[in-house]
Amino acid sequence: MGELKLMKGNEALAEAAIRAGADAYFGYPITPQSEVIEYLMAEKPYDRTGMVVLQAESEIAAINMVYGAAGAGKRVLTSSSSPGVSLKQEGISYIAGSELPCVYANVVRGGPGLGTIQPSQADYFQSTKGGGHGDYKQIVLAPASVQEMSDFVKLGFDLAFQYRIPVLILSDGVIGQMMEKVELFDQIPRLTDEEVAEKYPWATTGKKKGTERRIITSLDLDSNKMEEHNLHLQRKYKTIVENEVRYELIDCDDAEYIIVAYGSSARISQKAVQMARKKGIKVGLFRLITLFPFPAKQMQELCKKGVKGWLAVEMSAGQMVEDVMLSVKGCAKVEHFGRFGGIVHTPEEVLRALEEKIIGD
Amino acid sequence: MAEITFEDIVKPENLVYKKTDLMTDKALSYCPGCGHGTAHRIVMEIIEELGLEEKTIGVAPVGCSVLAYEFMNIDMTQAAHGRAPAVATGIKRVYPDKIVFTYQGDGDLAAIGTAETIHACNRGEKIVIIFVNNGIYGMTGGQMAPTTLPGMKSSTSPFGRDVESMGNPLKMTELVAQLPGTYFVTRQAVHTPAAVRRAKKSIRKAFENQVNKKPGISFVEIVSNCNSGWKMTPTDSNKWMEDNMFPFYPLGDIKVDGQLVK
Ligand SMILES: Cc1ncc(C[n+]2csc(CCOP(=O)(O)OP(=O)(O)O)c2C)c(N)n1
Ligand code: SF4
Ligand SMILES: [Mg+2]
Repeated sequence: MGELKLMKGNEALAEAAIRAGADAYFGYPITPQSEVIEYLMAEKPYDRTGMVVLQAESEIAAINMVYGAAGAGKRVLTSSSSPGVSLKQEGISYIAGSELPCVYANVVRGGPGLGTIQPSQADYFQSTKGGGHGDYKQIVLAPASVQEMSDFVKLGFDLAFQYRIPVLILSDGVIGQMMEKVELFDQIPRLTDEEVAEKYPWATTGKKKGTERRIITSLDLDSNKMEEHNLHLQRKYKTIVENEVRYELIDCDDAEYIIVAYGSSARISQKAVQMARKKGIKVGLFRLITLFPFPAKQMQELCKKGVKGWLAVEMSAGQMVEDVMLSVKGCAKVEHFGRFGGIVHTPEEVLRALEEKIIGD
Repeated sequence: MAEITFEDIVKPENLVYKKTDLMTDKALSYCPGCGHGTAHRIVMEIIEELGLEEKTIGVAPVGCSVLAYEFMNIDMTQAAHGRAPAVATGIKRVYPDKIVFTYQGDGDLAAIGTAETIHACNRGEKIVIIFVNNGIYGMTGGQMAPTTLPGMKSSTSPFGRDVESMGNPLKMTELVAQLPGTYFVTRQAVHTPAAVRRAKKSIRKAFENQVNKKPGISFVEIVSNCNSGWKMTPTDSNKWMEDNMFPFYPLGDIKVDGQLVK
């Protein structure tokens, strides 16, 4: 059993970064995720593992520091919250285009604009439909507990390097700020420079005499080559869709109705499911863990089992609900429920929405 | 008299100049007469002469020199417009023993990337910045740059730069020299053999500073021409540069070994 601790979600993520053998963190403060860089600065990871922590002059600089270090084969991450993540988008598009591995977290707050510092899930479109420019995807992991804030850092780095892709940990102000018990995984040693050079021959670690130089770029002025590169990316995304879907089914075996949710909405919805079951309503929870890849196939299978209605619960005006609709392809009714702009819905509200929007008519 | 053959001439003792192996054989994509090619070459010659090839990583952002990685035969990273100092910071911080440099245009370094430039300099990142100032946005077709001279015409200042409404040209090099994080700051040119010799000496010093882990950035501005953007012949552009750019951007060292030059 690993070390047990009571921690905030943001602190667990920061501690996990050190333990995952990260080489560097570059970030810029913003509520509700400033604890990540504060924790790292206080922990002196340089003394623990040699990990570098740097407060950048902006989120733009931070993501470009990530880009540079990732291109040189290192395990690097950044984190921010919604307005800051918007600033990072050009850099993320470059990272995706150049096929570099990195992990970054968005502890989402309500928008648009400066919005509010309260929790939200309104960055779903930005996270799963691109965010930056161009035809690219990133793996999106949605933690629903402080435990997963820690675990997904390690998983994120594994996936990022396996597929050379940015991995986003899409959290929210609830998960980032709340305190829970977390079992921390054991320290993974950082790779040495020699190990990096050996393991990642694509990385710019300095060109050895008589070898080909490495170039990190997303540019090709020849459109035919650019189309080829795009096709290659699309094939990679297809592999990810086939192999990396992650989700959790709760009480879905006999369910007539299913609530789909992720992150803190999934926790609230789980409570609503318990309350509904007490009333004799056969409802289950489909908790998304990966938002990309989205578990479309798994939803279709549930459709075949005769699910009569789907309720997408998210703290937004209705974003993930579109993917549920695309996935179930009209097999049954799909509705959305969610409070937003920084308001967190209650289990009672979710249950009422289920009864009124799905079961009621 | 015996006939002189090719083999008689091509002998090591007769070699007077050899292209550095750190430039690829690919034909430069720069306009004939442009200073970028010479600037590339002397940077690569210095890396070769100092034996740094195996541990150097270059960063070239968007601008005419975005394709530097086609010509510089070392490990290279292409960066987003303006972000090279941040990208270089990321690399240098995880590889403190490697040699990292950026190669940036004036639009890149002094407009969109002002924050990254100033903060990398202020943190004293131990990197080299090569700053090619041609007073214009070459790559995108000759628009006004932050460095465009007062009254100078460009496609977005077709009647000449009006400083009242368009601002004054920015002397980034003098500006960063004021920061404690810069260790060596100089302004050079590459339009004549003598200028190339001086520029090369400065670039050598800049890279040596990094090798010797001197505290802070070494910043080398190269005032250069953009004959296409300026709509001049190469020779006219060099003359115009001497007559107009140099008085405003005087050549020479501004800060040496961490001390401002009086
Ligand atoms: C975010 C972004 N904005 C604008 C551009 C378009 N752009 C590419 S290069 C450039 C100007 C380059 O000028 P400079 O840095 O002076 O380099 P030069 O070509 O003159 O050497 C611009 C505006 C871009 N690529 N990315
Ligand atoms: S446009 Fe100007 S800077 Fe670019 S290659 Fe041509 S002359 Fe050089
Ligand atoms: Mg320019």
